[in-house]
Amino acid sequence: MTPSSSIAAPGAVPGHEAHDDHGHHPSYLTDGTTVKSWLLTVDHKRIGIMYLAWILLFFLVGGIFALLIRIELLTPGPTIMDAMTYNRVFTLHGVVMIFLFMIPAIPSVFGNFLLPLMLGAKDVAFPRLNLLSLYVYLAGAGFALWGMLNGGLDTGWTFYTPYSAHTTTTVAPVLFGAFIIGFSSILTGMNFIVTTHTMRAPGITWFKMPLMVWALYATSCIQVLATPVIGLLLLLVTAENLFSLGMFDVARGGDPVLFQHLFWFYSHPAVYIMVLPAFGVMSEVVSTFSRKNIFGYRAVAYSSVGIAFVGFFAWGHHMFVSGQSTFNAGVFGVLSMLVGVFTAIKVFNWVGTVYKGAVEFSTPFAYFCGFLFFTVFGGMTGIAVATVSLDVAWHDTYFVVAHFHFIMVGATIMAFLAALHYWFPKMFGKMYHEGWGLVSAALIILGFNATFIPQFLVGNAGMPRRYYEYPERFQALNVASTAGASLLAFGFIIIAIYLTYALIYGERVDNPWHSKGYEWLTHSPPPTHNFIGPQPTYPEEPHFYVDPKKAQGEVSDV
Amino acid sequence: MSSAHVTPGSVPGPKLAAHFASLEVQKHAARLGMWLFLATEILLFAGLFACYAAYRFLFPEAWAASSRSLDLTMGTINTVVLITSSFTAAMAVHYAKEGKNKMVGHMNVLTLLMAVGFLVIKFFEYKHKFHIGTLPGRYYFYEGIQLPGAPMYFSVYFASTALHALHVVIGMTVLAFATVRAYRVGDFSANNYTQVELGSMYWHLVDLVWIFLFPMLYLV
Repeated sequence: MTPSSSIAAPGAVPGHEAHDDHGHHPSYLTDGTTVKSWLLTVDHKRIGIMYLAWILLFFLVGGIFALLIRIELLTPGPTIMDAMTYNRVFTLHGVVMIFLFMIPAIPSVFGNFLLPLMLGAKDVAFPRLNLLSLYVYLAGAGFALWGMLNGGLDTGWTFYTPYSAHTTTTVAPVLFGAFIIGFSSILTGMNFIVTTHTMRAPGITWFKMPLMVWALYATSCIQVLATPVIGLLLLLVTAENLFSLGMFDVARGGDPVLFQHLFWFYSHPAVYIMVLPAFGVMSEVVSTFSRKNIFGYRAVAYSSVGIAFVGFFAWGHHMFVSGQSTFNAGVFGVLSMLVGVFTAIKVFNWVGTVYKGAVEFSTPFAYFCGFLFFTVFGGMTGIAVATVSLDVAWHDTYFVVAHFHFIMVGATIMAFLAALHYWFPKMFGKMYHEGWGLVSAALIILGFNATFIPQFLVGNAGMPRRYYEYPERFQALNVASTAGASLLAFGFIIIAIYLTYALIYGERVDNPWHSKGYEWLTHSPPPTHNFIGPQPTYPEEPHFYVDPKKAQGEVSDV
Repeated sequence: MSSAHVTPGSVPGPKLAAHFASLEVQKHAARLGMWLFLATEILLFAGLFACYAAYRFLFPEAWAASSRSLDLTMGTINTVVLITSSFTAAMAVHYAKEGKNKMVGHMNVLTLLMAVGFLVIKFFEYKHKFHIGTLPGRYYFYEGIQLPGAPMYFSVYFASTALHALHVVIGMTVLAFATVRAYRVGDFSANNYTQVELGSMYWHLVDLVWIFLFPMLYLV
């Protein structure tokens, strides 16, 4: 123990005593091994792990459908399916990926696992509600998937009316499923907000919270404020589909543009539900692997809240070509660009953190690099599509598809994988093979670029989205995109293999990164009530690394 | 997860869950959670209010005519019933704080009776509409108002009142739980009344939403 490491002062760190106690205290993983002890658990860590299992399953389903789409688009004409099947496949891909994977991925898995640990709490504020939100999510997923298997739907994940009110495919169960999943999202968000307000350990003030917590807090605010509106909308469309309310049907005096307003009032902020937690993960990763306190902590924290706030006033940029007034379009364009300002604040601060840091180029850091590229590239194309005149040309082309895949999928997947690799030792107390980690990271980043950069080009050339046939001249780029997608899939397979291997045969570790994040102040994997012995105290900020060189010298000690 | 278990006959007292630092914090968390939940409920109805505003703007005449076709007397009675039930719900909290468990139960029963009354009146209003044909969308067959947009008014009317009625039923379930606990276990006291308070908060929300719906649908 060196004097410079004040956060690890004796008595302050149960994790310190942890080494002596190793093996004597059961971790949350071994505390009860029956199926029932998992299914009925109220432990936020077990709930997080169960979310992880389900979310990975849905990611696999969505990914398989993504590959089917890419194979279909390999040739200009019909390739492996007919037009109706294609419509169902891309709808299924969208619904599964958005509602079942992207939105809950980081908050429900890593948020659940880490939020109480990062706040020095024994659990979230409402543990039983937390378990309920898992089952509500699964119930919603069940509804949605049941509808998809029994006929499927061909509306696209946006369920645009009046088509969704008329189509004979099974829209109602899927809409209702999405409504139920929304409930789960609200419950998780509420739980996190209350936990952050009431459960912070003594010493953790608002500005000593880890940046991941700030990001989760901002995300939860969006979840709580936006989800009810789409909940109502989904109910109305379900009713319209079943009872012909006519609410959004022009033939009955309804207004489909009203649908779009209500839909994007949720679904645009939902983009930030996906990407804000990703920003939080990256703030943790960049600080740990640069061995530096995060540059501009307050600016990063405030910009999360800023994105959450401005994100509510940007929905109209989805409706530039819907017939809204030019003035509205201009205002929504400018408000959308404001999000870019807040994101840029974060990007500059991350780069400032890396600058002159003692960078350890580990797997999570590799994902950070990919993330930085996707965020900046995706964000800049976001500014481009927020420009009304440009969007009129690009609207509903593959350019927009590539843009949102870059910023939403690219950034979120990078963060999800970074989080998975960074906190894998925390969750399971095991370490994976770093070499394979870097190989697969390289494959995935390359594969992702190879998949979506051609889509920017093909979209700019005028290929519309959601069509299953296209003119001959688009083929080269589509083939490139499909090739990229296979590379991407290959990368994921490697990850699945070495992480599964690590889970069983991995080397036992406690804090392989020598991270000073609050969550590492306890054992890995943590015991059931998170801490053994006295409550940890928190004399330093969460991203406190004294001096890059010194910190590297003392690492074996912590 | 509650750690302590209060058995009937033991000293009434609050239960501190294992993961909270103190009772104060636990109560604060419960109340904050409820307020957040109520905020989401308001936003749920806000979407309907937005629909109402948009279509009222598109079909001002049909809106005015359809609004006049509603039974104002029944609506007014229902409003009075619901406001009164909010009072009894508040009284239940008052008695819970004083530890008068029997009165808590009585007040909740009164609230529940009024809730049933509200639903019965609503049922007759609906029945009348089904009879004369002021129904949403495609099912509209009322001869009295032939303006475009009138079916839309009843789409909004049925969507909002049905969603509200669903909330009445949920509120009744919540209150019923507190009632049973007040009569059976009787452990509400000055420092253990959160359940009654939260149930009553939910009931006030149900009432509040109606106070918006009533002028919106019946009066304006």
